[in-house]
Amino acid sequence: MSANTTKQTSRRDFIKISAQTAAFLAIGFENLANGKGVKVRNLAHEPHIGVEINPYVLINESGKVTLFNARPDMGQGTSQSIPMLIAEELEVRLDQVEIVTSDGSAKFGSQLSGGSSSVSTRYLPMRTVGAAVKEMLVQAAANHWHVPVSACYAKEGRVYQKNKTISLGYGELVASAAKLPVPSSPVLKNPADFTQIGKSLPRPEIPSKVNGTAKFGMDVVIPGMLYASIAHAPSIHAKVKSYHGEKAIASPGVKFVLKTERKMPHASTEAVAVLADSYWAALKGKRLLDIEWESTEADAMNTEKYFNQLKEAGKSPGFEYKESLTGDVNKAFAGANQLIEASYQTPFLAHAPMEPENATVYVQDGKVEVWAPVQGPDSLVTELATYLGFKKEHVKINVTFLGGAFGRKAYYDYVLEAAHLSKQINAPVKVIWTREDDTQQGPFRPGMLSVMKGALDAQGKVQAFEHRLNGASILNQVFQVPLDNAPDPWAEEGINLPDSPYTFPNRRNSFSLVKTKIPILWWRSVYASTNLFGQESFIDELAHHAKKDPLAFRLELLAGSPRFVEVLKKLAELSNYQQLKAQGKAVGIAIARSFSSICAHAIVVEKQGNGVLIKKVYSVIDCGVAINPRNIKAQVQSNITMGLTAAIKNEITVVNGQTQQSNFHDYAVLRQGEIPEMEVFVMPSSEAPGGVGEPGLPPVAPALCNAVFLATGKRVRTLPFDISNV
Amino acid sequence: MESIELLINRKKVKVEVDSNTPLLWVLRDHLSLVGTKYGCGIAQCGACTVWIDGEPMRSCVLPVSAVGKSAVTTIEGLHEKAEHPVQVAWDELDVPQCGYCQAGQIMTAAALLKKNPKPSHDDIVAGMSGNICRCGTYHRIHNAVKRASEIASASNSSKKK
Repeated sequence: MSANTTKQTSRRDFIKISAQTAAFLAIGFENLANGKGVKVRNLAHEPHIGVEINPYVLINESGKVTLFNARPDMGQGTSQSIPMLIAEELEVRLDQVEIVTSDGSAKFGSQLSGGSSSVSTRYLPMRTVGAAVKEMLVQAAANHWHVPVSACYAKEGRVYQKNKTISLGYGELVASAAKLPVPSSPVLKNPADFTQIGKSLPRPEIPSKVNGTAKFGMDVVIPGMLYASIAHAPSIHAKVKSYHGEKAIASPGVKFVLKTERKMPHASTEAVAVLADSYWAALKGKRLLDIEWESTEADAMNTEKYFNQLKEAGKSPGFEYKESLTGDVNKAFAGANQLIEASYQTPFLAHAPMEPENATVYVQDGKVEVWAPVQGPDSLVTELATYLGFKKEHVKINVTFLGGAFGRKAYYDYVLEAAHLSKQINAPVKVIWTREDDTQQGPFRPGMLSVMKGALDAQGKVQAFEHRLNGASILNQVFQVPLDNAPDPWAEEGINLPDSPYTFPNRRNSFSLVKTKIPILWWRSVYASTNLFGQESFIDELAHHAKKDPLAFRLELLAGSPRFVEVLKKLAELSNYQQLKAQGKAVGIAIARSFSSICAHAIVVEKQGNGVLIKKVYSVIDCGVAINPRNIKAQVQSNITMGLTAAIKNEITVVNGQTQQSNFHDYAVLRQGEIPEMEVFVMPSSEAPGGVGEPGLPPVAPALCNAVFLATGKRVRTLPFDISNV
Repeated sequence: MESIELLINRKKVKVEVDSNTPLLWVLRDHLSLVGTKYGCGIAQCGACTVWIDGEPMRSCVLPVSAVGKSAVTTIEGLHEKAEHPVQVAWDELDVPQCGYCQAGQIMTAAALLKKNPKPSHDDIVAGMSGNICRCGTYHRIHNAVKRASEIASASNSSKKK
């Protein structure tokens, strides 16, 4: 996700939600079955009825509190962090409530987990929601006791009278509270009084993920459903010229063989689906299909040709980003004392979440219900309604846990496939992609090329800095925005001025669009993951050319940005940077701001054979207010692991339309034993919270390659690289 | 289709399936034991790990006909209250992130500790490197295996007393 879009969404969202807080006062009652020890329910099958004071809080007369989480959990922790924001102000403990993921209904506003934006955009709105409800409950108690509100306080689901032993539970108060006006500007707690935010509390869904009961999309069973395995075109974009399904249909368990389609935002492709009464029967049937494909665009899909196009594009200046344009780089380059140029290439990557894409969909009588791991149920409602020609209110999404996503599960081709099939056979259909589908069919992180140019004066000060981005545009391909006369506004993330406040007297960022038919999409930290490789590697190159220590060089250029300076200073302290340097150790550093948080890594490597061994990764993150420090550390470690995997392990290559990798044997990810030691420090902060799920990733590859340079004298400018043979 | 008798989580069950069906899909689609996960289908990722007579095996490539009279144990049957030392340690250390691979990790770890109650660093690496976690929870997995070893040994010594 681009930071730009999420920021816009969040502003709209905030207004909508504020309005909802004031407007929503629906009332209803029901005996809701208890969660039976599973504290987080991720399938909203049963209606949740109680007193709905606003869309996010439901309290029934027995005092049971249900909080609705409108940010699907894909492992980043939103089933704790988001409801905790409500719970903190509502004065209930998270282990007292049931947490239910929202269903895509418009009343919840934006429900997309993406752009590391969940906590940063929900921090005030969700706290406001909790505070408003608490004030109503306290008011109701004060009215009941005929005492002033100031004589009452709320704690752990009850309202107490100060200095007295009497109290009333929220369940006893909710009916009268719901009749009160909703406070327009409830008072939020002083952060010093937080009892949950900022504490490393255990995540409530963990027990279900340890005992095997957590429900992922893969685990959904709907009575009468058929399992579908789909033969996708080997060259991604293709038409089915002819097919023979006789053998498949004769195979035990197979019920239907159907020509079907895969609808992507930029293209629709054809495929053949086998539907059976078990997944194995469907898979087996698929292997018996005889399909002749007609591929018209395969020649145009070739990653080697694509990267050659990028190199050509990099020779032209591209469209410049006006907001970061400073001075005149060309003039500065012309009079430069020392001119340095280098290009950095990053590959296409598959997301490879552990849970392959899957969806269970039932289309009947102009209505559709979905059970699936998706990152944004609200955007899926819109997409499905359009695709099927249904009204939005006739689309219901039951969001399961997501077995990893990393951006992939905000692209709903697999859900539309299931809908297309269900509509044809009038029965629920569960589509399960194989790992091969996941690896080969895309969408992928786009391959990019950073063409960098810098000028140094006689004192080794940077006079001019140019970063030319070259590659495909998600905004253009997925969102169909033409970029004929302008750079892709999303693609500058990580190197725009707020994200990269290095003080260069002359600076120019630009973008040259190179289109591709290869399906592309955001991938954990998106363009920040590709841009920062060039940016932070090249800063390092400039430092070496200037004969300055890379840390000191950065500190000098960031002197006007105190949060960056503090992060770097803390990183130096944490890693014993000066001592390591004095001992001649190879320690590479990189710093990046993305998704409103700053993260820096120091990576220590040692020469080993023809390559290097990664000894340790030190990391400091400033993400503003820390909601759950333990989870933040986990997310940073997670990003380091995924960033290292992207740097030294995997790459997607396409030859004549055909993806060359297919499964974990040739699209390898780091395993236990390949992971270096890590030490993560979370900066204490009272600043507004930033993102956590992605900002740890962008600085990984450059910090590693900067260390490799120190150890070997070799500059890695193309990813991935073989760490055992640099 | 064949009628096959299996011993799963100490219970005898009978299924009517194609005898080539991998055990994984028999567990998931025929017996509603969905804690065991599909990740790759080619024994590369370990998400489908179950025990066959106490040995960790990849159920995604094991034809159900090959199971025979062997006892199958899945995450659902690891411990009747889900309080196996490995599960306790996993919970204590907040190991999972997305959680999808964790049943396989837990079954592998529990089998490792059964054979080797006090595994060294290298033993844990060797024992756990067949299981992929895309979220990168490896450090916590490693620490939780050690923690589970402590929990198990504490409970054994208290039993002896």
